[in-house]
Amino acid sequence: MSTAPVPDIEFRGVAKRYGAVTAVSGIDLAVPPAAFVALLGPSGCGKTTCLRMIGGFEQPSEGQVLIRGKDMAGTPPYRRPVNMVFQQYALFPHLDAGDNVSYGLRQLRPRLSAREISLKAGEALAMVQLAGYGRRKIHELSGGQQQRVALARALVNKPAVLLLDEPLAALDKKLRTDMQIELQNLQRELGITFVLVTHDQEEALSMSDFVCVMNRGSIVQVGQPSEIYHEPADLFVADFVGKTNLLAGKVERRSGELVEVMLADGSVISARSRNGVASGEAVSVSLRPEALRLGASEQGTFQGIVRNRIFLGSTAEYAIEVPALGTLLATADHQLSQDLFKPGEPVAIGFAPGAPLAFSGVKENGEKQRETKNVEIVS
Amino acid sequence: MHGSAFRHKLLTVLLLAPATVWLVVFLVLPFVAIVVFSVGERAPEGGYQAAFTMAQYANLPARATAFWNTLILAPVGAFACLLVAYPVAYYLALRAPERWRLILLALIVIPFWTSLLMRTYAWMYILGGRGIPALLSYIGIEDLRLINTPGAVLLGIVYGYLPLMILPIYVSLERLDRRLLEASADLGAKPLSTFVGVTLRLSLPGVMTGLSLVMILLLGEYLIPSLLGGGKVFFIGNALVDLFLQSRNWPFGSAIAVTLVFVSVVVLIIANRVSTRFSGARQVDLI
Repeated sequence: MSTAPVPDIEFRGVAKRYGAVTAVSGIDLAVPPAAFVALLGPSGCGKTTCLRMIGGFEQPSEGQVLIRGKDMAGTPPYRRPVNMVFQQYALFPHLDAGDNVSYGLRQLRPRLSAREISLKAGEALAMVQLAGYGRRKIHELSGGQQQRVALARALVNKPAVLLLDEPLAALDKKLRTDMQIELQNLQRELGITFVLVTHDQEEALSMSDFVCVMNRGSIVQVGQPSEIYHEPADLFVADFVGKTNLLAGKVERRSGELVEVMLADGSVISARSRNGVASGEAVSVSLRPEALRLGASEQGTFQGIVRNRIFLGSTAEYAIEVPALGTLLATADHQLSQDLFKPGEPVAIGFAPGAPLAFSGVKENGEKQRETKNVEIVS
Repeated sequence: MHGSAFRHKLLTVLLLAPATVWLVVFLVLPFVAIVVFSVGERAPEGGYQAAFTMAQYANLPARATAFWNTLILAPVGAFACLLVAYPVAYYLALRAPERWRLILLALIVIPFWTSLLMRTYAWMYILGGRGIPALLSYIGIEDLRLINTPGAVLLGIVYGYLPLMILPIYVSLERLDRRLLEASADLGAKPLSTFVGVTLRLSLPGVMTGLSLVMILLLGEYLIPSLLGGGKVFFIGNALVDLFLQSRNWPFGSAIAVTLVFVSVVVLIIANRVSTRFSGARQVDLI
């Protein structure tokens, strides 16, 4: 991402080590003003460490973190123009909702008048649709309402950047979707940068302007959601972001961006490769489920047998067993595929040319690190 | 009545019975006896003689010094304890390295395993003529009297009751959610504001527990004033021993004891009020 003005947040060669353990290293990132950025990765990838370094709760062992062009080294959290929505909110239990929101206002020097404080706190609560909830105790509020109080509390001092640490993880699915939209709207209205840390790739893709995918303490790819999804930089991103079928194979021939890959069943398919793989190299070919075309005829690239069908309303998801290749996932649009296939039926699988992407490396079994344990707390 | 409901009730009664019997026999009955004694008269040869008079209560001012000493030194001692205990508890809960915590806590509790009597005796020698004053005389500070002063009693109190103050405060600080401190800093609060607004505030229940524990035990304290106050600084406890065992004026002693219980209950109620006010249902400081 090219940046003309001073970036709101900039990491320059940042590393963070705890003793012998390296949490993150070689982090270079520039977040343009008024952007919605997601730091996406599996647990332990260092995304929260990065967020905490912006907030000032951790100091980089190496490199610099800049906020609006100013090096933040040695600047404590209470002097940084950023505010954070903490995981599980960290609301003050001894204060009511209104006093939680006005906490930041009370710290301002010169002091604001009592009237100004209550006015601004009221505005902040109204902004998150909690007008009139000021006198409620924190434990009287539902999970979703607590989330909103945390948001109002973090925004009341008008920070340059809002940091969100897994803000939606504790909400149930319906509420999560609502909050996603609300957060997007808020970000646009306020015109400030939001930095969201999440392990939920759907959340990252749907909410942010830029996604920064992290793995094992490094940034793997930075790009717009569609870019991340359609042009993943490597095998990890392809596997982590969205669902995909990964087929192990060996490069037979290479011409420019295109490689011929021989798969385990002996078939050879042509795939695109962004980071030039060499001839003879072991690769994985990624095929998104929605890129697969199912047909009854014998004209597909692979022949398989339908094992499972999950009806999803406008689409259906198939698990298809293909000899020597394993189970492939396919998403079929009902408009396009006239007929639904039943479990046990043979089916031919085809795909649009250009859909397969080849990445060096083979995914080891069980390496899939996608976190699935979303804590579902029904409020 | 259903069989199961009956069994349930029976079980409740059986579970509560031992504690109830214990309390009735060793607390309620003796207290009733003390109340009865307190409105009686001293028998000519000492002890109790049945009567109904308020004379003993009217006579309370005769022991005013004991009351004043107790009512001043108990709260002062409890607060002195608090001042020493809070930083220790704070360090233990929030600053000490995890693996040292248990060892340090043990170091605080271990002195409890030795009798308070022996430890207070040790202070008697440290503060006595051949202790610190003797050392000070080497550098020219003469005639300093430490033992048998209110200061000595206060020192003994702080020393003896410190663990009782540290532990409840430690527990409340240890339970404190560290992210609240980060949230406070994130919202622009400087370390001192965070301490007062979050740390201290949320540890108040522990502080109040410690204060009332120490205060109530101090109201009945006998040993420390008797050893380190040397009869010059004496508490109600000392007056009671004197009245029951020396002058054998049981009714007057009983009147003092009843008054002491009354004062203790008042202290407890106040402590309870204060702590629910700060951490409980209603907030007082509205915007």
